[in-house]
Amino acid sequence: MANYNLRINEKNYEVDVEDDTPLLWVLRDHLGLVGTKYSCGIAQCGACTVHINGEATFSCTLPISSVGNDKVTTIEGLSEKGDHPVQKAWNEIDVAQCGYCQAGQIMNAASFLKKNPKPTLEEIDNAMNRNLCRCGTYHKIREAVALAAKTK
Amino acid sequence: MANITKTNRRDFLKIAATATGGLFIGFYWSGCDSPKMQVLSTEEILSKATDFNSFLSITPDGDIVIYSPNPELGQNIKTSFPMVVAEELDADWSRVRVLQANLDTEKYERQLTGGSGAMPHSWERLRKAGATARHLLISAAATRLEVDRNSLTTEKGIIYHKDSGKKLGYGEVVLDAAQLEAPDEVIFKDPKDFKIIGTPVKNVDNEDIFTGKPLFGLDFYREGMLHAMVQRPPFGMKIKSVDDASARAIPGIQDVIVYDNNVAIVGNSTWPLMKAKRRLNVSYEPDGKVESSFDHDRIFKELLDSKDARAMREDGDVDTAFKNAAKIVTSEYQCPFLSHSPMEPMNFFAHVKEDQVELIGPTQTPDSARVQTANLLGIPKENISVEITRLGGGFGRRLRADYVLEAVEISKRMNAPVKVTWSREDDMTGGAYRPAVRYRFSAALDEAGNMIGYKLRGVGMNAGNSVRQDNFPSGAVENVLIENVNYASSITTNAWRAPITNFLAYAEQSFLDEVALEAQKDPVQFRLELLEKAKTSPVGSVNYDVDRMIGVIKDAAEKSNWGKDGNVKQGFSVYFSHRSYVAQVANIEMENNQPVLKKIIASTDCGIVVNPTGANHQVRGGIVDGMGHAMYGNLTFENGLPKQKNFDSYRLIRMKEVPEVEVHYLDSGFDPTGLGEPALPPTGGAIANAIFAATGRRLRSQPFVEQKEFSDINLEIKRG
Repeated sequence: MANYNLRINEKNYEVDVEDDTPLLWVLRDHLGLVGTKYSCGIAQCGACTVHINGEATFSCTLPISSVGNDKVTTIEGLSEKGDHPVQKAWNEIDVAQCGYCQAGQIMNAASFLKKNPKPTLEEIDNAMNRNLCRCGTYHKIREAVALAAKTK
Repeated sequence: MANITKTNRRDFLKIAATATGGLFIGFYWSGCDSPKMQVLSTEEILSKATDFNSFLSITPDGDIVIYSPNPELGQNIKTSFPMVVAEELDADWSRVRVLQANLDTEKYERQLTGGSGAMPHSWERLRKAGATARHLLISAAATRLEVDRNSLTTEKGIIYHKDSGKKLGYGEVVLDAAQLEAPDEVIFKDPKDFKIIGTPVKNVDNEDIFTGKPLFGLDFYREGMLHAMVQRPPFGMKIKSVDDASARAIPGIQDVIVYDNNVAIVGNSTWPLMKAKRRLNVSYEPDGKVESSFDHDRIFKELLDSKDARAMREDGDVDTAFKNAAKIVTSEYQCPFLSHSPMEPMNFFAHVKEDQVELIGPTQTPDSARVQTANLLGIPKENISVEITRLGGGFGRRLRADYVLEAVEISKRMNAPVKVTWSREDDMTGGAYRPAVRYRFSAALDEAGNMIGYKLRGVGMNAGNSVRQDNFPSGAVENVLIENVNYASSITTNAWRAPITNFLAYAEQSFLDEVALEAQKDPVQFRLELLEKAKTSPVGSVNYDVDRMIGVIKDAAEKSNWGKDGNVKQGFSVYFSHRSYVAQVANIEMENNQPVLKKIIASTDCGIVVNPTGANHQVRGGIVDGMGHAMYGNLTFENGLPKQKNFDSYRLIRMKEVPEVEVHYLDSGFDPTGLGEPALPPTGGAIANAIFAATGRRLRSQPFVEQKEFSDINLEIKRG
């Protein structure tokens, strides 16, 4: 066990965990931040997407020992009141079916739009291709990303 | 047209005023002795609040709470059920809060998610609950204002007396309304006056979903709870020996328990369990049939010629029809096993106390989970409570309670609250799969190209009946023989979204395309001719409404501009399942001599569309699901274990593989039927038939991308 000081959603956290513990499980099991989801555990589905210094990152394969002083943002910290343009667009388009993958989708979209504020539809498809949605909400995800880009 | 409905046939309302004021209406679904209302004390309300299966409450401020009884897995029932109640109540939707009800089948009767059956089951009851409350509120207002109740109208939670200009909010009269007896009859709204039903109401959980609030089973944590993961045997195997020494050495592991061929690892958080599970050394030995996909292929071929096939439907005389046929078409179709793979893997929380059990988690069948828990522990089911969390998908996997019982078993043995979590690999290798199936179709055509004989034989694996003998084209053909052969596999199988029809529809609709080609008829015209026969001179029993099926076929043909643009290669498919009708056309356009799948057009008749947003989700989602699995889905077995264990090898459809999907609804005016499943079955057929139209290659097995006929087809998928 080792002691880690983490900077998550602009707050300081301290945890005692094994070095190889993925950030995902530190968030969920140790810090009560359950908005970040477990689904595949091998960086294939994107349900666990968080921001590391603003960059969309799969937290299920990111050992806590490599987080260091990096700034972690989870869905709980994306905005104070759930009013990030991407969250607003997700509500406006009413994207979710079961909803399980959507936090990861939103985190990926938010990071993508920061880098590419005026994407083409093809760029949206390319960026969002790394997140799986088993319910098949892909049409609405695409619409919501496009809407968030427009209204930003 | 408004209609009058008796209120006291089977349901009655329970109304209660509280000390703080408010009207609670619990509507009971099944037989109760008294049709009268009872006034409950606050204590009773509070003590029973979680026991009410479903009720609506109105506070003196006019806030409304509606409980939703059925498990929500993305079918949007938690939004659409309350919409129906609120509609007949004439509520202001912005004042409605929706809460998930816990399990209580005495009050509810049907509290499960499966078979697209919730809306048809509850439509009238939900309307009644809203209409009865509205009736009582109006009665209370009439007394207060000293006017005739017929002179009062309601809108958005307010009662108006037009002549005097007076008005009262629902909240202002709830206490009086609570003292009144439930009416014998209520009047339903005329559907043309619906204000909430038919409008795109947003998912009531949006805010929680989009801000990461704990909603799902896996999000449930409780102080002092233990975590557990289970290593299960390959199918057809049993444990020979277990070496758990290095698993136990992982920090955070509390215990390793061997029970019923399972090895459960218990610890204080998830990651140590995942690590320890990899270090378990469990060896297995055969305990029955240890199967591989290779065996299944052989078994299918053998059983298709079996003499033990069971006739499920026989019309006329097929032997004579085939003897006299001018042309005979025969084809075989096969699909592989599929995993359900909901994004949230299986998990459940159980706390087994001395004679009480608390269950919390994602299940499509909370009552079955409770009954099986009661049987396992030998305690009355009344001692077991079930709290239903939101489900991160289900697709039929969570109809089974295997993972619930694991939590119960481990909680009992550890004498502690336990949450069992399945890894993705556990989920994929410990499934209850959509079984592989193989079909042989034969059609006999006369000189004029009429189908005079139709034969179908299905070989299923644990499928029970692998055919749907009364579906189209049964009823439209003079001589029919439909048979089933079942093979008992050691691999666990279960319902998978649109059971049986998820593949049967594809096979039938592709085969009909083959027959139409041989008959030199347009595929749409061919189906319409058959349906004309089913309408004018039906053969045997027909379980589908011929006119509704014709309706969606014509609508899809019209909306897709069927057969009118030579550059667009089209595939047609239509299916009736789970009480709804869906026709689909897939459009492939040739670009630089390459086929590009651009669009799927769907026409649906599911009766009244309660929530267009939810309906679009189900139709588009069903099509994406149907397409993804037809194109890519493949779970193969080797010695009782799936070879594909995670999303790196088990391919699910992604964003870039989805064409445009255009959805249309027929305004048939029928009571609403479910949509969780019906849009999926036709999709594979529409796509396969379009691929044939574009390339001349007939795909008779899934997944398409792994068929040799597909190997040199460079099918692009593009959205406009």
